[in-house]
Amino acid sequence: MNQLAGLYAIWLREVKVFFRERSRLIGSLLTPLLWLLVVGKGIGASIEDTSEFGGYDYATFIFPGILCMTILFTSVFYGLYIIWDRKIDFLKEVLASPLNRSTIFLGKVLGGCTDALVQGSLLLLLAPLLFPDLTLTPYSLGVTLLFLFLLAIAMSSLGLIIGSRMESPEGFSLVTGLVVFPMYFLSGALFPKENLPMGLRIATTLDPVTYAVDAIRQVMLGMHEFGLLIDLGVLLALCAVLIAIGTWSFRTMRL
Amino acid sequence: MTAAIRTRKLTKRFGELVAVDELDLAITEGEVFGLLGPNGAGKTTTLSMLATLLAPDGGTATVAGHDVQRAPAQVRQHIGMVFQDPSSDDILTGRENLYLHGLMYGVPRREIPGRVAEALELVALENRGNDRVRTYSGGMRRRLELARGLLHHPRILFLDEPTLGLDPQTRERIWTHIETIVAERKVTIILTTHYMEEADRLCDRIAIIDHGRIVTLDTPEALKESVGGDTVRLELAEAEAAHQRLSTLDFISRCEVRGGGLDVALADVPRNLPRLFNAVGEVESFAVHTTTLNDVFLHYTGRDIRDEGGEGTMGWMRKVQSVRNR
Repeated sequence: MNQLAGLYAIWLREVKVFFRERSRLIGSLLTPLLWLLVVGKGIGASIEDTSEFGGYDYATFIFPGILCMTILFTSVFYGLYIIWDRKIDFLKEVLASPLNRSTIFLGKVLGGCTDALVQGSLLLLLAPLLFPDLTLTPYSLGVTLLFLFLLAIAMSSLGLIIGSRMESPEGFSLVTGLVVFPMYFLSGALFPKENLPMGLRIATTLDPVTYAVDAIRQVMLGMHEFGLLIDLGVLLALCAVLIAIGTWSFRTMRL
Repeated sequence: MTAAIRTRKLTKRFGELVAVDELDLAITEGEVFGLLGPNGAGKTTTLSMLATLLAPDGGTATVAGHDVQRAPAQVRQHIGMVFQDPSSDDILTGRENLYLHGLMYGVPRREIPGRVAEALELVALENRGNDRVRTYSGGMRRRLELARGLLHHPRILFLDEPTLGLDPQTRERIWTHIETIVAERKVTIILTTHYMEEADRLCDRIAIIDHGRIVTLDTPEALKESVGGDTVRLELAEAEAAHQRLSTLDFISRCEVRGGGLDVALADVPRNLPRLFNAVGEVESFAVHTTTLNDVFLHYTGRDIRDEGGEGTMGWMRKVQSVRNR
């Protein structure tokens, strides 16, 4: 019971901070909008045959991928704040409390997940205005939110794992950059996967973000490679593994 | 009386460096106990081990009846901690910081608002509770964290350098708050400091530590007594002759000729000073040097505590008078 109240406290702190730092919220929406409206519409303008994109224009086609990108970047970079927390002594105050390290970790994950989902939801609200061709039904939105949630849990965990091992913000940015960009580009967020060369095809299959993009593309565009059950299985397994590693890394984290 | 804290051969190493070296401590419930020593003496390391933030490399420690290694969660339930560096969230308000602390320490939800109000009042921040901590001064922030450390009604409160880096007025204010806490709450306080006046003013007992070991441990009065009482410096013409006359007197613990004058250590200066003047005869001038914990530190370690970089100690409180005795 106390652990639950503590979980709530840690989550509440993250959410309060997030909503107070308006620039974080607004800045994080700018990047996906640039992708959708500049890259999406720009490249789309020079593509006449859209059959590879299921008949949708290019910007609409990449919308599920850009949603996942938003979640991916926000969640992983959220791990940076744990380094600041450690630099100022706020983390000590939390670690000196009777809460388990696993509770602290989960509270942080849920906080990061909330940040990411708020941004994802804002993009979803814009979707009917910008991309009227998307299938937006209660079912498709529900499935989309479920996958965004799982992706956010997994990627916040990843960010916190990296953050808990890093001494400096510079080191964190370097390492996450090396992790996040390959995951983003290999997820098939920006291109259909049917005609890929073998090596690239294998790499996309190994990228867990691929499965979130696949699921959302299925419910919004009716195109898929793996099917919802496989997608769900992969993401659940990913969450389980990363939460386990994250709990361990918080237990062994040095101050 | 039960022991609030007991350590046996508590040890912490960082590589080659032994930060805390087989420390044996017994701190009684209800007392204000000071760990006094220069920077790097092992004070904060000791506190971190007692607060279960750092695992010892050897020995044992029991805090509020629980072993720090076997039952860290129970230990943490009973202690409050005020860290050396600011640890409140400056984006949140003072009230929010306290509220979250209450939740984390399992204070029942219904009781939290009352306790937050009470805590803010204790440190005279009730008018600033709804402001963001970002707008607080260093002293206000320290007071907030003091209040936060008490919010869950801990049995033991750890204060790590509670007035480090604060100006004299703010320091005075924090001391007053700590004295109020001691008077109003049944709480054992362990504080670390390298400020002599702070230890002298607040602590019932003081352990002077250096290189991770206890050099000496007693009440401030007894510690000062142990270095031979206050010193009177006498400037006079015939120092050698005066030295002869004085060395037979029983209230004088030490008498040395130095630079044409005399350094005389004696107990109970206000009562014995006239007797000293009677015995010594004509003097040109005199100065009374009140023994401080700094002298104690110097006496036991052979070094001045300020050498180790304690900033701005007011240190030697001199009562200097100059009297022409013609």
